[in-house]
Amino acid sequence: MSIKDKTAIAGIGLTEYSTGTDLTEWALASLCIKNAAEDAGITVKDIDGLVKDIDDGWDCSYVQKTLGIDNLLYSSESHWGTSSMLNAISAVASGTANNVVYYRSRKGATSDKRSPSDYRVAKETMDDSISILRIDFYEPFGLVNPVGCAAMIIQRYMNEYNIKPEQMGSVVTGITEYGAKNPLALYTDKAVTMDEYMNSEMVADPIREIECAKGVDAGIAILITRAEMAKDMKQTPAIIMSAAQGAAMNGEFFTGYNQEKMTALPEMVSMGDELYRIAGITAKDVNVAQLDDRFTPMVPMQVEALGFCGAGEGAAFCEARSLPINTAGGSLGEGFMDSNRIVEAVRQVRGTSTSQVDNAEIILYAAGAGGPADGLIIRK
Amino acid sequence: MVEYVPGIPILKPYIDADNKAYWDAVKEEKFVVQQCNKCKNYYQPPRPMCPECLTLDTMEFVPSTGKGEVYSYIIYTTDKMAYPAMKIPYAVMVVEMEEGVRITANNAPDIDTDEIYIGMPVEVTFAKIDDDLTLYQFKKRKS
Ligand SMILES: [Zn+2]
Repeated sequence: MSIKDKTAIAGIGLTEYSTGTDLTEWALASLCIKNAAEDAGITVKDIDGLVKDIDDGWDCSYVQKTLGIDNLLYSSESHWGTSSMLNAISAVASGTANNVVYYRSRKGATSDKRSPSDYRVAKETMDDSISILRIDFYEPFGLVNPVGCAAMIIQRYMNEYNIKPEQMGSVVTGITEYGAKNPLALYTDKAVTMDEYMNSEMVADPIREIECAKGVDAGIAILITRAEMAKDMKQTPAIIMSAAQGAAMNGEFFTGYNQEKMTALPEMVSMGDELYRIAGITAKDVNVAQLDDRFTPMVPMQVEALGFCGAGEGAAFCEARSLPINTAGGSLGEGFMDSNRIVEAVRQVRGTSTSQVDNAEIILYAAGAGGPADGLIIRK
Repeated sequence: MVEYVPGIPILKPYIDADNKAYWDAVKEEKFVVQQCNKCKNYYQPPRPMCPECLTLDTMEFVPSTGKGEVYSYIIYTTDKMAYPAMKIPYAVMVVEMEEGVRITANNAPDIDTDEIYIGMPVEVTFAKIDDDLTLYQFKKRKS
């Protein structure tokens, strides 16, 4: 049994992306889900499943209270990244539920504890988090946040393959060129130049501030339904060819330093292999990629892990613009949500991207570089 | 070296039955690594079961040679991202020990932040941070 082509993204719902909203995460979640139903041309009452990230605030039962959904056939949450998407897809493919919405609502711009630069675990939540993060081997030494933890992987990678800062800069200039064309990319007015990149401040050397995702206040909902149902809905469906997660021995959230080949991103390698196997394609068939850019120097590692080029060739691959990557300007422009890159993958299928790629047939989305990974391959 | 800002608490290790022996040894300025006495594999972070043998009672903490090489490192260069209890700039290193495990810690006073490089030979030393907390650090190694 395979999930290939069984499900589709039939609706996407966004709230305003802002640097500060008075709405709560509960309100943002409610609004984006309503918008996703509207986008697909169904009613909110047709939604019978809700999934969310463990990291986000408002439980499905609360969202049910605002949307007036009498019964949920399926609800769940999953760990970091967008691995909840696979829950939604599996629930629909198996027939457990018919219209499952994956939603994120975060006040990443206005709530301190939700930006990548902040301390990875607030003390008061430590008891909840200890089962996921053995932070005791990092925090006492002042390694306290994802930016520092990711910088450790990036330093090793740049050293192993002799990557020049300018090559990492080309990732930023490339992604922000797309962001400059996207009105939703509130943090990118114009493309970053190489001079600006080279002069930007180091924050956790070798990571520069200009390479870090910005926090944003937003809600994003993605409606998954059966592929044959999606054909009768309002939008061009984005057929899900494959979806997968990846985990690896000794993997952690940006601190998998005991993985034998840390810079190869073993989680992303296994996730990508599974994506291609299910979809029955290879990396060569992919026309556009939406990759994890919480910290842009992780992008070259991902293009290697996902088979677009060989080990150590990722930076040169990005520099040569060999593949359109993060065509909405990514997390540098729209802010960190992860799922906003799924939305852009869907726009490429619908033909509505502000940087539409000609003949974009097959789009790959990946999340979780440097930790548990997840991803999708979608097509028209 | 790292310098601490007085009055701001250091984040302490969260100690439970799976890592208590490790931190107890550190308090006595002994550096240990976890090893399974059946398959002889070393593990970091410590865990209650050997993933090779699937046994609980074979896991023990054994003395490490304390020697290793810098595998990677970072330098916090701005207050915006650094932990406020530590003065910037400060470095954090991952050191590959002779036993093969990789240990995260700071540089000892004899290593300047800008001297660190990947492959640098280092060895364990200890620093008493406050009354309750002793941490291991890495200093230069000659042999
Ligand atoms: Zn064993």
